[in-house]
Amino acid sequence: MMTTNALTMDISQNEAVEHHDTVSIQTLGFWLYLMSDLILFATLFAVFAVLRSGYAGGPTGKELFDVPYVLAETLLLLFSSVTYGLVMVAVHDDNRKWVQIGLVVTFLLGLGFVCMEIKEFHHMIAEGHGPDRSAFLSSFFALVGTHGTHVIFGMIWMAVMIGQVAVKGLTSPVQSRLMRLSMFWHFLDIIWIGIFSVVYLMGVL
Amino acid sequence: MFGKLSLSAIPFDSLITMSAVVGAGVMGLVILGLITYYRKWAYLYTEWLTSLDHKKIGIMYIILALVMLLRGFSDAILMRSQQAIAVGGAMGFLSADHFNQIFSAHGTIMIIFMAMPFMVGLMNIVVPQQIGARDVAFPFLNSLSLWLTTAAAVLIMVSLGYGEFSKAGWSGYAPLTEQEFSPGVGVDYWIWGLQIAGVGTTLTGINFLVTILKMRAPGMKLMQMPLFVWTTFFTMVLVVWAFPVLTVDLALLTLDRYLGMHFFTTTLGGNQMLYTNLFWTWGHPEVYILILPAFGIFSEVVATFSKKRLFGYTTMVYATAVITVLSFSVWLHHFFTMGASPYVNLFFGIATMLIAIPTGVKIFNWLFTMYRGRITLASPMYWTLAFIVTFAIGGSSGVMMSIPPADFVLHNSLFLIAHFHNVLIPGALFGLFAGFYYWFPKAVGFSLREDWGKRAFWCWLIGFYLAFAPLYVLGFMGMPRRLVHYVNLSWHPWLIVAALGAAVIALGILAQGIQLFLSIKERKALTDSTGDPWDGRTLEWMTSSPPPEYNFAKVPVVQDIDAFMDMKERGVAYQRPDHYNDIEMPKNAVHGLIIGGLSFVFGFAMIWYLWWLAILAGLGMLFTVIARSMDDDTHYIIPAAEVVRIENERYRQLESIANRRPTGERTVPEPVPEM
Repeated sequence: MMTTNALTMDISQNEAVEHHDTVSIQTLGFWLYLMSDLILFATLFAVFAVLRSGYAGGPTGKELFDVPYVLAETLLLLFSSVTYGLVMVAVHDDNRKWVQIGLVVTFLLGLGFVCMEIKEFHHMIAEGHGPDRSAFLSSFFALVGTHGTHVIFGMIWMAVMIGQVAVKGLTSPVQSRLMRLSMFWHFLDIIWIGIFSVVYLMGVL
Repeated sequence: MFGKLSLSAIPFDSLITMSAVVGAGVMGLVILGLITYYRKWAYLYTEWLTSLDHKKIGIMYIILALVMLLRGFSDAILMRSQQAIAVGGAMGFLSADHFNQIFSAHGTIMIIFMAMPFMVGLMNIVVPQQIGARDVAFPFLNSLSLWLTTAAAVLIMVSLGYGEFSKAGWSGYAPLTEQEFSPGVGVDYWIWGLQIAGVGTTLTGINFLVTILKMRAPGMKLMQMPLFVWTTFFTMVLVVWAFPVLTVDLALLTLDRYLGMHFFTTTLGGNQMLYTNLFWTWGHPEVYILILPAFGIFSEVVATFSKKRLFGYTTMVYATAVITVLSFSVWLHHFFTMGASPYVNLFFGIATMLIAIPTGVKIFNWLFTMYRGRITLASPMYWTLAFIVTFAIGGSSGVMMSIPPADFVLHNSLFLIAHFHNVLIPGALFGLFAGFYYWFPKAVGFSLREDWGKRAFWCWLIGFYLAFAPLYVLGFMGMPRRLVHYVNLSWHPWLIVAALGAAVIALGILAQGIQLFLSIKERKALTDSTGDPWDGRTLEWMTSSPPPEYNFAKVPVVQDIDAFMDMKERGVAYQRPDHYNDIEMPKNAVHGLIIGGLSFVFGFAMIWYLWWLAILAGLGMLFTVIARSMDDDTHYIIPAAEVVRIENERYRQLESIANRRPTGERTVPEPVPEM
């Protein structure tokens, strides 16, 4: 996917074509963006690790978390990654119809995840266990909420791409965007696995 | 509907603030009036504001930086005069409330809105040319970064006339910045200003990393890149690694302030030192983000003006890499007094001292480059020499403070203020000035007058020592930083000297203004028609001054370090290609300007609790991004015939210079017939 070829630059190849390979430039740029986003999440994980026992007399993770419920959320998100993988297979086969079907299914799975998360948050806040209750809950809502916000932006992006595939077809720029959305979506999956393990599983231990 | 907006937020009662606001307002109106009078709006819009040309974006960054330098320096003058007066029974002319805002604004502005845009501006002008590229990797993102930074700077300026600025210092330590202790809008101005500028900087970081990795001219290996490109590369690595931490830290503070959360509060489990740790996890690398590019500039300047290849190129690259890594392992030295165990302090103390090693390597490399070189003392060289001496002193005082027991004594005293001004002014600002004088002819096509440049230099250097040497003494005498008023009479004489120093620096800035004014007036006589006024070594001197939009008609092929000098020595520097091709360049785009404007509205709305407006501005930004992503037709073609016309013009110019000089070294080939 990424061919930086940083240490050696092939003279003959570059002399022939004077413009650089746009797709590989955009892909590297997006990798770097993901890296900066990863540091953002790493910082939030660190904050959670520092504040995780700051219950301040409020509820602990053990009292709050419903692991089977969160497992269902996890499965929705993981399955959406599989369907997005199938989207990329369809892109490779230049099959516009299946690309669109795959995107819609992935979008719906993402929507299911977000709805479940909002319901979980709403439930906690209604019970008086909102983010202003304790430092532990502040860091919980910040970390999980930031991931959820990312998923929502990924879904907006996906909606735009469904439109672009319909209007423009699988042109080279559209394919390149679909690939970067794919990187973003899988990235969010990896972050979620971290959240599921560190926040939820370790929280109920 | 109107949130916290109210007329009483305008500081009518403060004469100084109001005169600054009125002055800035009148000046702004005069500029707008002049643009309208000369009917330059269309020109400004198509040639500058919506331009994606990296050279123009660079120039706009530097204009922003110079304006903010004046603002930040005014703050410095106010602080120095206040402390020269407010001793014993005299209270000076500033209230404590106002004084606190001034030192907070001074730090924030000088670092985020002066040094950073100045540095990014120089990188924009120079880096693509030094690697033989026609633009950066993402020209639109570049314009977006510029307008986000500008929007944030405007937000900071607005705080002067509407509401207030933060009183909690540029580092904004919690819990002082929590709602409980800072209920006003000042901290919010500070948060959103930093946050918006920070997003712009992060995007710049990604942009330049990709540019350097992917856009180099054919043949240019990593270890053949000019040193300024290398230091830009490592600076941008630091930006991409460090800025997300600041983003999170500020976002958590925002959640505390706006939604009553408990990250850094004193109650319900919050941890104040978490804020400080995160802040300096960004803040210390930030110091190197400011200094590394200057190291690159000094390397270019020293090599060019000593007419020698840089001594120890490879060690210079590795020293930069080592500083990059080490800069993440020293953040705790900003707060040894936190109360961590002696072993923790010991670790960070030693890590801090270690940084002096690669920095020392660099200093010696610069000295050895000059050794037996044919040195020309042009003004960029003045700044470089002053840097080497002054920075060595500042660095040594840093090593002193890296010893934890010493730091317990010196912490928060004026010794610290003297130390970091003593590294940042020579280490960052002198470097930026050296770069400014060095690349000015390249960017705009005419040189700056040397006489006023040297006068400015001497004022700056003497003013610097007068202003900051006394602060070391005052630190040892026990004077804490940030005092609006003091009773210890023995401090007074030193503070008067420091104030005089600030006045001498003011003369330096005045001389720079005169220099700029006279040089613009005499720009015909000062025109650089060679494109290579200093006998440069790197590829940016290969093009005309200012370079054509596409920089290189034919992308150069690189064979060695100091590629252009290598070409000159081989006699192929001005060889013409047998034909030219069409060139594809990015079209202008207005989206960056729109998103920048909306980010200002968004920031302002968040500060004043205008939720509906913040939502509208947020949606506006989202739709602008989507609209831009829909557009696949973002480039246009400069036809080969046009390239031939521009290049023939350039070669005619070179030829006329060669003819004027009987022993002209340049051999200019016949022009290509126009198609």
